[in-house]
Amino acid sequence: MRYLPHTSEEISRMLQVVGVDDLGDLFSTIPEDCRLNADLNLPEALTEWELNDHMDALSRDVAVAPDYRIFLGAGSYEHFIPASVSHLLARSEFVTSYTPYQPEMSQGTLQAIYEYQTLAARLMGMDIATASHYDGATALAESLLMAIRITKQKRVAVSRLIHPLYRQVVKTYFEPTGFEVLELGYLENGTTDITALDDIDELAAVAVQSPNFFGCIENLQDIGEKVHDKKALFIATFTEALAYGLLKSPGAQGADIAGGEGQSLGISCSFGGPALGMLASKKKFMRSLPGRLVGKTQDLEGNRGFVLTLATREQHIRREKATSNICTNNSLCALAAVMYMSTLGGTGIRELACLNRDKAEYLKKGLKEAGCIIPFDTPTFNEFVFRFPAGGEDAYSRLLEKKIVPGLSLDTYYPELAGHYLLCVTETKSVDDMDALIREFKS
Amino acid sequence: MKEISELNLPDNVRYTEDHEWARIEGDKVRAGLDDYAQDQLGDIVFVELPRIGDTFKKGEMFATVESVKAVCECYLPIGGEIIAVNQALEESPELVNKSPYEDGWFVDIRPSDSSEMDRLMTNEDCMERLKGAK
Amino acid sequence: MKGSIGTTGLIMNEPLLWEKGREGRCGFSLPRRDVESVPLDRELIREKLEFPDLSEIDIVRHFTRLSQWNFSVDTGMYPLGSCTMKYSPKTNERQAGREGFVIAHPLLPSGLSQGALRIMFELQQYLAEITGMDAVTLQPAAGAQGELTGMLIIHAFHKMKGSQRSKIIVPDTAHGTNPASASLCGYRSVPVKSNEQGILSAESIAEIMDEDTAGIMITNPNTLGFFEENTGEIAEIVHADGGLVYCDGANMNAVMGIVDMGRIGIDLMHLNLHKTFSTPHGGGGPGSGPVAVTKELEPFLPVPRVVKERDKYSLIEDCPESIGRVAAFHGNFGVMIKAYSYIRSMGPENLKRASQFAVLNANYIKESLKGYLHLPYDRPCMHECIFSDKDQKPAKVTTLDMAKRLMDYGFHPPTVYFPLVVHGAIMIEPTETESKDEIDQFVRAFRAVVNEARQNPDSLYNAPNKCKVKRLDEVAAARRPCLTG
Repeated sequence: MRYLPHTSEEISRMLQVVGVDDLGDLFSTIPEDCRLNADLNLPEALTEWELNDHMDALSRDVAVAPDYRIFLGAGSYEHFIPASVSHLLARSEFVTSYTPYQPEMSQGTLQAIYEYQTLAARLMGMDIATASHYDGATALAESLLMAIRITKQKRVAVSRLIHPLYRQVVKTYFEPTGFEVLELGYLENGTTDITALDDIDELAAVAVQSPNFFGCIENLQDIGEKVHDKKALFIATFTEALAYGLLKSPGAQGADIAGGEGQSLGISCSFGGPALGMLASKKKFMRSLPGRLVGKTQDLEGNRGFVLTLATREQHIRREKATSNICTNNSLCALAAVMYMSTLGGTGIRELACLNRDKAEYLKKGLKEAGCIIPFDTPTFNEFVFRFPAGGEDAYSRLLEKKIVPGLSLDTYYPELAGHYLLCVTETKSVDDMDALIREFKS
Repeated sequence: MKEISELNLPDNVRYTEDHEWARIEGDKVRAGLDDYAQDQLGDIVFVELPRIGDTFKKGEMFATVESVKAVCECYLPIGGEIIAVNQALEESPELVNKSPYEDGWFVDIRPSDSSEMDRLMTNEDCMERLKGAK
Repeated sequence: MKGSIGTTGLIMNEPLLWEKGREGRCGFSLPRRDVESVPLDRELIREKLEFPDLSEIDIVRHFTRLSQWNFSVDTGMYPLGSCTMKYSPKTNERQAGREGFVIAHPLLPSGLSQGALRIMFELQQYLAEITGMDAVTLQPAAGAQGELTGMLIIHAFHKMKGSQRSKIIVPDTAHGTNPASASLCGYRSVPVKSNEQGILSAESIAEIMDEDTAGIMITNPNTLGFFEENTGEIAEIVHADGGLVYCDGANMNAVMGIVDMGRIGIDLMHLNLHKTFSTPHGGGGPGSGPVAVTKELEPFLPVPRVVKERDKYSLIEDCPESIGRVAAFHGNFGVMIKAYSYIRSMGPENLKRASQFAVLNANYIKESLKGYLHLPYDRPCMHECIFSDKDQKPAKVTTLDMAKRLMDYGFHPPTVYFPLVVHGAIMIEPTETESKDEIDQFVRAFRAVVNEARQNPDSLYNAPNKCKVKRLDEVAAARRPCLTG
């Protein structure tokens, strides 16, 4: 086996040094009744060629562009990733290193994460950002728990227009804690209804997503003011980080914590993972942040260098009193994001974000003209909700046959919106792609 | 780390078994972390202090002290109300290392029962205890 | 020459991105605009985003230079104990990079994502077979999230039984994540000491186990590198009081094809695909932490679950006992493909050999450094061995000093100061992919460092000398944190 370098001669010399006769004797401390009595029942080893054929066949059994026109977003977005980003990200010095515990041998990862933290904080309009989390859903759950630690209150309120799967993760994380998660409904224009806040007390935090799950841009400023009146923390979450290339950031609108998904920033969909949990806050909450942080310092000769810092918040030191159990940061995904953000630059990210919105507007207009219903008139970014024209209820399966996936059905998540779909358009969709969808309704 | 003979354990303060110190100053009691504890922790990077007006019983946790790779909880040597905290530690936590009994003090307490002071150790008791532990 | 970018001639200095940017550059080929611009309410638009503007070559050189400041498994031996820095095969990267996997959308209808679902389904089966458990979820994104998932399952199990419990037993040798994961579920950790052999004794568990204890978290093999021989007996004690036995399976790489975790009474356990199954660590992530459970606990696994019916794979969500979701989608699929490729490339015999060689390598290092470093537990180890700096105390040389000096010899240091039960611990895990030659070099380097500690301790205090930077001031970083530029 090419991954195992031992020759038989080396094995016997090593066994001799260890003082045992054969490989089996190395396991003498394992009692008989703990042993596996048979061989593992797994498929026989494949050669590299066989593996290629096998995996090639499996990878072809998934519907992707250009064969399919897929208008799915809802937390996972197909954006163009430059070759330079993919190429740099594949450098094995980044890929095959560990968490940078020994900073002198890990300055590459550490400086890159410091750069990520900086650009991420600027994107979200916050003072500081962590080195990253698993995904947007867990970043939101951790943000809510963080607010509970800071305010010492027991209750949080989350908008029903936060991604339904994120709310499910929050529910899972909160289930054993005894803290309460309340949901805020939505208005006819597809934005969060915060009037219920008046009747809620002992509130630690309110979380709102913008652009929200329906794609609508929320007025975070107004919501934030009301949340602060309640002496609670205001958490802004998001699934489409690219939107902040164009839209006002959470920080600029009064968010205390911003936590969401950064997959759009140079990370492929990859069937939902790995992704990039982004988490940022005001500086005064620095010591309550969960997860890794990289800080700037100097070496013995006064040269600039970077280290993991404020580790006393973390599980390996504070154990059961840690701010979280997390020890990963999705380092390689954060690296992809900083490469992508710097590749776009300040000018490029705005242009790209505008293009996403303009394309979505083109499709929205086209569908409307073709008789589809657009239920919410609030401005959107690159996603919006629509319903097939009357009598076109079978359109979804008809479109699938034509290799078009016309968005995500809202039936399960919002039963009151049965028959509605959430559509997404990024820069990867051409006018031809969009016209193909529009044409289906014109006919 | 210091040898026991190198430790600075002045006789004008009283000590707890967890290495906090307390000193009567008029009608208040000042408290902090002793030389042994600061030396064990090494370079102190952060001190989290209580709020003025908080009240604690003797032995309750009132502060945490952090080095780069350790956290130490501090327990109040004498029960009472916190009437002052050492703001300087926010910017300069290293004062705890440099001057544990003067510039590196933690809090001033209005004691609810001054007689609790009598149950704290003298510097000699503290030294004996450390020698015993070795 | 001072201030020049040249150092050794191969490692370059490199500024921060925003020190390098020049307004007006762009590294991105913006897509052709084929639609009209639609005005947006100015109130919604942000101020200019202060991202540096760089050209493509700026970015390529920047990150190439940064990468060269990193040590990696592909650079050399990286014997971090408990981290399992084994070689990450390149073919796994190729498989995960296939277009059909890379751009697959997680919310595709099942009928359109059969290839991806099949990988997940088969990987679940392989992991169940390797652990001896009955069912597997691949959703947890990392080992720590696997632990949390395990704790949530234990919590849900007791809730269903109608009696919530407040405590969980965690040995002193546990990873810090164990108590932190337990406390996220509201459990109080009850510490228990390992015995003089470095393992748990059944008696010590019997003393503290009661009907208010939800279960025990055992790392097996444990963080001292020993197999917990008494797990079977411990499991009986815990089960007798209605508790569950959780196994932190981070060290499963030592016992694949050798131990049957189901047989020794484990109810649930997590695996780290980035340790045992060769997926790369990526400088700290992404990882993947599947959880394997017995039949009895299967109903509690997170949703959605991947199932197979008549040659068709699908996702099911209708599982009333389930703890719910722990990830927005299906977990780190990109990592799963690599682990799947690894298992298919290795086959059953080579997986077992991998464990045998991992244990052989660790014992070989243990014997080779014994006499140079203090060995607190002198008995056969599994995949890692633990030394301490006790013998270097007279020279006032610490574990950290030796670790830093090893860098000058071209090796990444072992894990230091963990586990906490050994003062000044040095935890060495070579993994099976290091050859005898490589290990011999490492042993020679470590022996040289030990000799220097005696003869010339100054060379250790000032180490490392050959890295990109000298020893870094972690105290200043923590006292006055600077987290953004």
